[in-house]
Amino acid sequence: MTTKYSEDHEWISVDDDIGTVGITNHAQSQLGDIVFVELPEVGSTLEAGDEAGVVESVKAASDLFTPVSGKIVKVNEALDAEPSLANSDPTGNGWFFKIKLSDADELNSLMDEASYNELIAD
Amino acid sequence: MKDEDSGSVLKTTPLDCLHQSLNARMMPFAGYSLPLQYGSGIITEHNHTRAKASLFDVSHMGQIRIHGADAAEALETIVPSSIDDLEPGGMRYTMLTTDVGTIIDDVMVTREDDGLFVVVNASRLEFDLPHMRAKLGADVEFEILKDRALIALQGPKAAAALADLSSEVTGMPFMSARTITIDRIETLVNRCGYTGEDGFEISIPADSAEDLVRALLADDRVEMAGLGARDTLRLEAGLCLYGQDIDEKTTPIEAGLNWTIAKRRREEGGFPGANVIVSQIADGPTRRLVGIRPEGRVPARAGTTINTVDGEPLGEITSGAFGPTIGGPVAMGYVAAGSSDAGTAVQLDIRGKTVPAAITTLPFTPRRYFKS
Repeated sequence: MTTKYSEDHEWISVDDDIGTVGITNHAQSQLGDIVFVELPEVGSTLEAGDEAGVVESVKAASDLFTPVSGKIVKVNEALDAEPSLANSDPTGNGWFFKIKLSDADELNSLMDEASYNELIAD
Repeated sequence: MKDEDSGSVLKTTPLDCLHQSLNARMMPFAGYSLPLQYGSGIITEHNHTRAKASLFDVSHMGQIRIHGADAAEALETIVPSSIDDLEPGGMRYTMLTTDVGTIIDDVMVTREDDGLFVVVNASRLEFDLPHMRAKLGADVEFEILKDRALIALQGPKAAAALADLSSEVTGMPFMSARTITIDRIETLVNRCGYTGEDGFEISIPADSAEDLVRALLADDRVEMAGLGARDTLRLEAGLCLYGQDIDEKTTPIEAGLNWTIAKRRREEGGFPGANVIVSQIADGPTRRLVGIRPEGRVPARAGTTINTVDGEPLGEITSGAFGPTIGGPVAMGYVAAGSSDAGTAVQLDIRGKTVPAAITTLPFTPRRYFKS
């Protein structure tokens, strides 16, 4: 299992060819109280960088992107009833979707934890 | 998630150091760096205001003094409300209107012994001043109070918390003002607010503002709250935000502010746009500001199209957010007057998806102003 990070402040944790995607603790803290998450449709095929949904905080809506290409195989339905999971446990129970990677090489262009921590330290 | 643009050179308020020390998340607003929220977040700050009392730094707002015994009579020539019948210490919510009856700014006016104290929106000060000077003439003397902070203490425990610093606030009617000395500092305390709760706005010399805020924060019932909570509180309370719900394209009658225009002013006119406003009162406007309750959880933001259930355009949302007290999305917007009755089913177009919603009366949450 490897975890990588995108410049859009998302994490992806990959097990075989399935990646689980969510937002980082830094992202949830910047967004503030999350009140609604619009998730992609299961079965849809997305390219890396495509819009995969929307995160609504009290104040504003922010786009959610997929850090890799592939097919959406599962979404976190617990977020429908409890969107605040994305605040309280962004890297655990607050995950957003699982995607079957079409090109595992794309992971190489994402950041490791040390590089990501450097990005948000600025 | 895209990072927000970092602001250019922003003005700061006299409480800027305090905000930094409390780890506020700052945001640009009307040219100022102001707290969006503090550590606990918007929902917690909102709920605390409804339950106890919160302090808001609203020092960005323009504070103006208009001098002279005839200031009230003069101001009536540019606003539709009765000002000249206010006793000293009395307050009115009113608006500067254009010659076509639309709104240049919404303002709070307090009558003083020898003039008026007026609070205007920060973003509108640069438009209000030339307008007022041109309309009122050179004989009316203005003073922009630049060296003062404005602090709002809002919530059901606001009066008790402030009374611990000065018993003089006890029993003040809502929409009244009093000059009160707190810890040897002369302040102007106005019992009013923008949250739907009882509360006060306190105008205080800039260099004493932090001491007063720290004295109030020492009270367990009082916490800081930012612009985020201020927006959700005022939206639930059905209070208009200039630049969103009202502007130079909307009239007070379309915005449901008829109550601000007294009978004498309707009969006598004598303010800019009186012909438009009086005829809209008589005949009804073609569109009205209403409350909107979207079904489900997705917030409908400003700019969202409001359609009939058959998909015909009815209007547009002007303010929308998640309402923490309501526990779901709440919004305000303009719809055609014929479709503005509470209970009317409508449809919202949110990112290409159709979301059912209902028109409601405003406010969403009852206003709990102090009744003496």
